[in-house]
Amino acid sequence: MTAAVLEIAGLDIVVDGGRGPTPLVEDVGFSIPAGAAFGLVGESGCGKSITALAVMGLLRTPLRRTRGRIALAGRDIASADAAELRRLRGREVAMIFQEPMTALNPLQTVGRQIAEMFVLHEGARWRDAEDRAVEALRSVRVAAPERRVRDYPHQLSGGMRQRVMIAIALACKPKLLVADEPTTALDVTVQAEIVELMSDLCAARGTAILMISHDLGLVARMCREIAVMYAGRIVEQAAAADLLSHPRHPYTHGLIGALPRLGARAVRGRARLAEITGVVPAPTDRLAGCRFHPRCGRATGHCHTDAPPSKARQEGGIVRCHHDG
Amino acid sequence: MLRLILARLLAMIPTIAGVALIIFVLFSVIPGSFASALMDDGRGAMDPEVAARMRAALGLDDPLIVRFGRYMRQLMTGDLGTSFRTGEPVARLVGQRIGASLELALAAMGFAMLIGIPLGFYAALRPGSLVDTLAMIGAVSGLSLPKFWLGLMLMYLFAVHLQWLPSFGYGGWRHLVLPALALGVSPLALLARTTRASVLDVINADFVRTARSKGMSETRVVTWHVARNALLLVLTTVGLQFGALMGQAVVVEKLFSWPGLGNLLVESVFQRDIPAVQGSILVLVLFFLVINMLVDIAYVLIDPRIAVQAS
Repeated sequence: MTAAVLEIAGLDIVVDGGRGPTPLVEDVGFSIPAGAAFGLVGESGCGKSITALAVMGLLRTPLRRTRGRIALAGRDIASADAAELRRLRGREVAMIFQEPMTALNPLQTVGRQIAEMFVLHEGARWRDAEDRAVEALRSVRVAAPERRVRDYPHQLSGGMRQRVMIAIALACKPKLLVADEPTTALDVTVQAEIVELMSDLCAARGTAILMISHDLGLVARMCREIAVMYAGRIVEQAAAADLLSHPRHPYTHGLIGALPRLGARAVRGRARLAEITGVVPAPTDRLAGCRFHPRCGRATGHCHTDAPPSKARQEGGIVRCHHDG
Repeated sequence: MLRLILARLLAMIPTIAGVALIIFVLFSVIPGSFASALMDDGRGAMDPEVAARMRAALGLDDPLIVRFGRYMRQLMTGDLGTSFRTGEPVARLVGQRIGASLELALAAMGFAMLIGIPLGFYAALRPGSLVDTLAMIGAVSGLSLPKFWLGLMLMYLFAVHLQWLPSFGYGGWRHLVLPALALGVSPLALLARTTRASVLDVINADFVRTARSKGMSETRVVTWHVARNALLLVLTTVGLQFGALMGQAVVVEKLFSWPGLGNLLVESVFQRDIPAVQGSILVLVLFFLVINMLVDIAYVLIDPRIAVQAS
C-alpha cells in the first residue's frame, strides 16, 4: 500500500464566540492514499468545508483547531512553520472553491493569476511564467489559450473560470487537490465536464482528490471511498460501491433514498422523491447523544443520551450508529 | 478613451449652466446690492441719486431675466464679467488667485493621502490592535474638529508659542505648512476610515482566500491582491474630497490670509461684488467637475470591468 498523502486523525474544530467555543467538527479522521479520489459528503453546515480549510491550514479566527492531527505527505502541518506551510500550499496541496465568480481577482488577467504559481513556487521569472500559463490553460482544455491568458475573469463564463481555477491548482503538480463543491455553482452540463476534467487530469498526474460535495451521486461516480458527515461527525465511511449497495447508517440510507433516478417513474409510477424530514441541528444546540436522532426513524432511548462510537462495518469501513449490526 | 473624455466634457455644460442659474438667482434675491454695500460700509452717506445712477450704470435695475440672459451670453464667450469693485475682468482676478488655491489644496490633499491611506491600511491589517483603535479615535476627532479652531490652535502652537513657522501670509513652503495642516486633517481622517473599511472588505473576499491557498506570504497577498482592489474603492473618496477641498478652503484661507479663491469669494460676498462671486464659485465648481472626471478616467484605467462598458 502506498503512503497516504493526507492523514487526519481525531480532528476537532471550534468557532470562538461570545458564549465560548462551539464545536463544529468533532473527532473527524480519514486518510487518502496517493492518487486516490476520496469523497466527503454531507448537507450544508455539517463541517465539510471547514475540514477542507483545516487541511489547507487556512482556518482563521474565530475558527480554531483544538485537537487532532493533519499530516500532508507525512508532514504534520501543526509543527510546520509559516514558510513551510506556504510551500506545502500550492506545491503539495491545492484547493478549488465553490464560487468561480468571486474566487479570482477581478483586476488581474487570468494568465497572471496562473503565472503567479510558477513565480511563487518555482522561482520562475514573470515572462517565462506567463508562457507556461498558456500551457497550463491548454491542459485544462481551454480553446485558444494564448488569447485567453490576457482575459480578465469577468470576460469568462463560470465553467471557464473553474477551468482557470483547476489550472492554478494543478500548476505545480500537487499531491492532493481539495475540491470544495467545485461544480455547485455551475450548469448541469458544465458540471459533468468539470468533474471529468478534474478526474482525468488528476489520474494522469497521480494527484489525489478530496472531493467535497452535498451531491452523493456525483461523489459516488468520482471517488473510490466516501465518508458521510453529519453535524460535525463522520457517521459512515466505506468504499463507494459498498456504501451505496449496503448503507448501514440511517442517514446514509436517507441520502441514497433522496437520489432521483432517471426512468424511475416509468418503472415504479409517479411517486414523491423520498426526503429526510427535519433539518440539521445548529452547532449551538449541543445536541446530546446521536446527532441524527431527532430525524431518525430508528431512534430509541440511548440514542438520545449516548453518542454512538464508531464501529467497523461488516463490508469494511466504519459506521457510527447504535442500531447497526 | 478619447470619446469618454469628450462625452464627460460635454456633460459638464448643462451642470455648469445649472449652477450659474442657481448662483444668479440666489444673489439676486439676497438683500443689498453693490451700491448699498458701499454705503453701509461707513464710507459716508451716499447721495441716493448717485446710488441710483450707479445701479443704472451697472445694469442692476434691469429685470432678472434680462440680466441672466446677458450673463449667460457673456459666459458662452468665456467672459466671466467685470468686477464691480475693481473694474477688472473677473477672469483676471480669479486667475491671480487660483495658483495659491491649487497650491494649498494640493499640499493639503498630499498630506492627507500620504498619512491617511497608509494609516488606514495598517489599521485594517491589525484590526482591534492599539494602532487601529487610536487611529480610528483620531479619525473621528479629526472629522469633527472645526477647521477654524484647528487653525487657531496650530497658529498658537507653532507660530506664537514655538515660533517655528509664520502665522499667516503667503510665501515659501513655511507659509504653506500650517494652512495645509488645518485643511488636510479632515480629508486625512476620512481617508484613513475609508481605506480601513475597504481593505477589510477586500481582505475577506474569496479571491484573497484563493491567494492564500496558493501559498503566498501575507505581505504578497496584500501587495499583489488586496492593495489595488482596496485602492479602487478609496479613489472615489480621494476625488470627492479633493474637489470639495477648494470650497472648504474658504475658512482656512481667510484665517491664514491666504490669497486664494476662497478669500476672493469672501471679500466679494461682503461687497456684493456679484460678478466676482459668481466667477469664483463657477471656477470652484469647474474644478470639482474636472477632478471627478479624472477619477472616472482613472477607474477605466485601473478596473478592466469598466473599460468594457465604456467602449
